Amino acid sequence: MVSSTRNDGFVVFEHVQKSYDGESLVVKDLNLAISKGEFLTMLGPSGSGKTTCLMMLAGFETATHGEIRLDGRPINSVPPHKRGIGMVFQNYALFPHMTVGENLSFPLEVRGIGKADREQKIRRALDMVQMGAFANRRPAQLSGGQQQRIALARALVFDPKLVLMDEPLGALDKQLREHMQFEIKHLHETLGITVVYVTHDQGEALTMSDRIAVFNDGRIQQLAPPSDLYERPQNSFVAGFIGENNKLPGTVEEIAEGRALVRLATGELIDATPVNVSRQGQKTLVSIRPERVEFKPEMLPPNAHLIDAEVMEFIYMGDIFRTRLKVAGSEEFVIKSRNTLGQRMLEPGEKIRIGWAPQDARALDPL
Amino acid sequence: MADATADLAAEPTGRLTTADGRPLKTALARAQARARRRAFLLVLPLLLFILVTFIVPIGQMLHRSIHNDGFSANMPLLSQWFARTEPGTAPDEAAYAALAADLQAAAKAKTVGVVGTRVNYEMPGTRSLFTSTGRKARGFEPPYREAILQADPKWADPTLWGTMRQVSQAYSPNFFLAAVDLARDNEGNIVQAPPERRVYLMLFQRTFLIAGLITVLCLLLGFPVAHLLATLPLRASNLLMILVLLPFWTSLLVRTTSWIVLLQGQGVVNNTLVATGLITDQNRMQMIYNQTGTIIAMTHILLPFMILPLYSVMRPIPPTYVRAARSLGASSWTAFRRVYLPQTLPGIGAGALLVFILGVGYYITPALVGGASGQLISNLIAFHMQDSLNWSLAAALAAVLLGLVLILYWLYDRLVGIDNLKLG
Ligand SMILES: Nc1ncnc2c1ncn2[C@@H]1O[C@H](COP(=O)(O)OP(=O)(O)OP(=O)(O)O)[C@@H](O)[C@H]1O
Ligand SMILES: [Mg+2]
Repeated sequence: MVSSTRNDGFVVFEHVQKSYDGESLVVKDLNLAISKGEFLTMLGPSGSGKTTCLMMLAGFETATHGEIRLDGRPINSVPPHKRGIGMVFQNYALFPHMTVGENLSFPLEVRGIGKADREQKIRRALDMVQMGAFANRRPAQLSGGQQQRIALARALVFDPKLVLMDEPLGALDKQLREHMQFEIKHLHETLGITVVYVTHDQGEALTMSDRIAVFNDGRIQQLAPPSDLYERPQNSFVAGFIGENNKLPGTVEEIAEGRALVRLATGELIDATPVNVSRQGQKTLVSIRPERVEFKPEMLPPNAHLIDAEVMEFIYMGDIFRTRLKVAGSEEFVIKSRNTLGQRMLEPGEKIRIGWAPQDARALDPL
Repeated sequence: MADATADLAAEPTGRLTTADGRPLKTALARAQARARRRAFLLVLPLLLFILVTFIVPIGQMLHRSIHNDGFSANMPLLSQWFARTEPGTAPDEAAYAALAADLQAAAKAKTVGVVGTRVNYEMPGTRSLFTSTGRKARGFEPPYREAILQADPKWADPTLWGTMRQVSQAYSPNFFLAAVDLARDNEGNIVQAPPERRVYLMLFQRTFLIAGLITVLCLLLGFPVAHLLATLPLRASNLLMILVLLPFWTSLLVRTTSWIVLLQGQGVVNNTLVATGLITDQNRMQMIYNQTGTIIAMTHILLPFMILPLYSVMRPIPPTYVRAARSLGASSWTAFRRVYLPQTLPGIGAGALLVFILGVGYYITPALVGGASGQLISNLIAFHMQDSLNWSLAAALAAVLLGLVLILYWLYDRLVGIDNLKLG
């Protein structure tokens, strides 16, 4: 999946590399096929090359090597204004000397669309983002969220097939961001457009995307639907980057039929699913989500291995309890349990035994 | 909300008061008065400085442009006679008696020259008449008409009497009339000045045309430079900025004379052109001591005043605007014209206004490299200040210049809006 370059993709990156200074590669061998109507998110830490990829697709940066195709047509040498790609910038980039209406009219005017047609399209686009009453305002007279909506409307008003968004919600507060996430997702579904979305907010990526491409160090680390990414991370970087997770370093003791036994440094044996390990004696990092750790033995499969743990800290968070444990010498092991009827609140200092289903612990590459 | 208003007891009339019952407005004004007084004291020195060095001299200049008592103060009796009689009245014995008495008094006080100079402004060639007659004034006996005409028959000239009548008033619009090539005839009607004295309108026109041309040239040359400065990385642009500012740190005189070195007949440019065979030795170009020289040197000298406001407006324009325009389907030219250029208008306006106003009043450069055809109105003002000593005419010319610039400023405000101006 990661490096499959299907030729039928709507947007295709094929062996794309990019260097700004001729010394280091910012994007190293990017292969990505995005299908029509898909909502694809590029997620990754700062400086991982997400914006660079987007800029190459929009035509503001040229790929140092490789080919980018849009709808089957190589676009490496097509200038930005001929690509017909809508774009939403992080700082909105609304033209300050034009009113909202003029901003929306701009892409239509440069396309030579008649006045009546223009007005109708502008009205439709403004209604789409519930900003119909603001056509005569200047961008400076709008709030951040309103500017964001106008930027969105402007990127959509000329009916592009592909829309790029570079951290469009980065400047908004949490509540507004969540609301706008919903609205963008809704627009994507009703208009049937293809969206390439860049963010470094994993929550945003998980809730909005059809597929997420996790970037690090100029490479796609994993390309998968949100649930796969969360539950079946392919490597330690993805496991660590998405959501909270516990990491236990160890050595593979036994490996058979999709199940591995890992010996921890402190001597305990634990269950895991082999992902990036294939043979006995390999070093590995086992990753377990806090909510999948169980401390009531009766809830576990009969043959599961249990290990000792000591409660260090108990945090009451309302709907969940978050407990920090000392496990295998590390004090950073976290478990989460739901605040259900009859759930136990663990006491600091309490000694317990914990375990998990083998499929929930993933033996990944050692960091 | 309710708690906030409860703290402020409301009077029956509904006006808000503070807790101790004073009206809120009074309390607020009192609280702010101290701060305002302190702020005023801080700006007071500057205010005085501006008053003394700017407002007062300009006021004096404006006053001098309509006021000159060189005649009326030194020829009081004759001035009274002019005041008593109708314009066009032929001088009678009383007039000559007043003239004789005034001349005698002026000769004693050694102010005949001042009087002569004043009349000479309006009627060239009369100063010597006054000084020579002044020397003989002591011996005048009645009847004065004969005595004076015997001293010099030119005193019978009705034009002279018409002119003296005009200058006998300390306040007169004559200098303004002269500044726009008008004059008054013997009856006091406004007529065109004699052709040989009609130079000022032409000079005003030339000054504004050249300043306008220089403004356009500065904009054409400065815009790309400012854009480059604004888009380069900060380190490179700082270096370039030093080059732009370098002229500010060298003497104006040095810069102007280096243009002479470059542009003169045997100068660097001509020599190079001859050496490369582009022109022959006989056809060396005349690029200095004429309008070309003035335009080239002044464009160079005023260029930073265009670049700096442009730069300060361009620097904060993020490149995403043009990118956004391009992604929306605009070619790079359209994106420049419709998105970038409009955002630089405040800088263009400020730069153009600055360059134009400085150009209109420029003096040293045209004086040095302008020759005859490159002289501007300010050179004439300087001439009247330093050589002809006709300060009133100099003041009137300066006042006309000031008025024209103010009109332009007002026009600019109407067309572009002065709040759209960004100087830095
Ligand atoms: N114009 C440029 N010239 C030189 N280097 C650049 C340029 N733009 C980006 N880079 C470098 O390329 C790398 C990737 O940058 P990019 O902007 O693509 O990161 P990003 O993933 O979008 O990060 P962020 O989440 O912070 O926006 C960074 O190391 C950055 O310093
Ligand atoms: Mg970025």
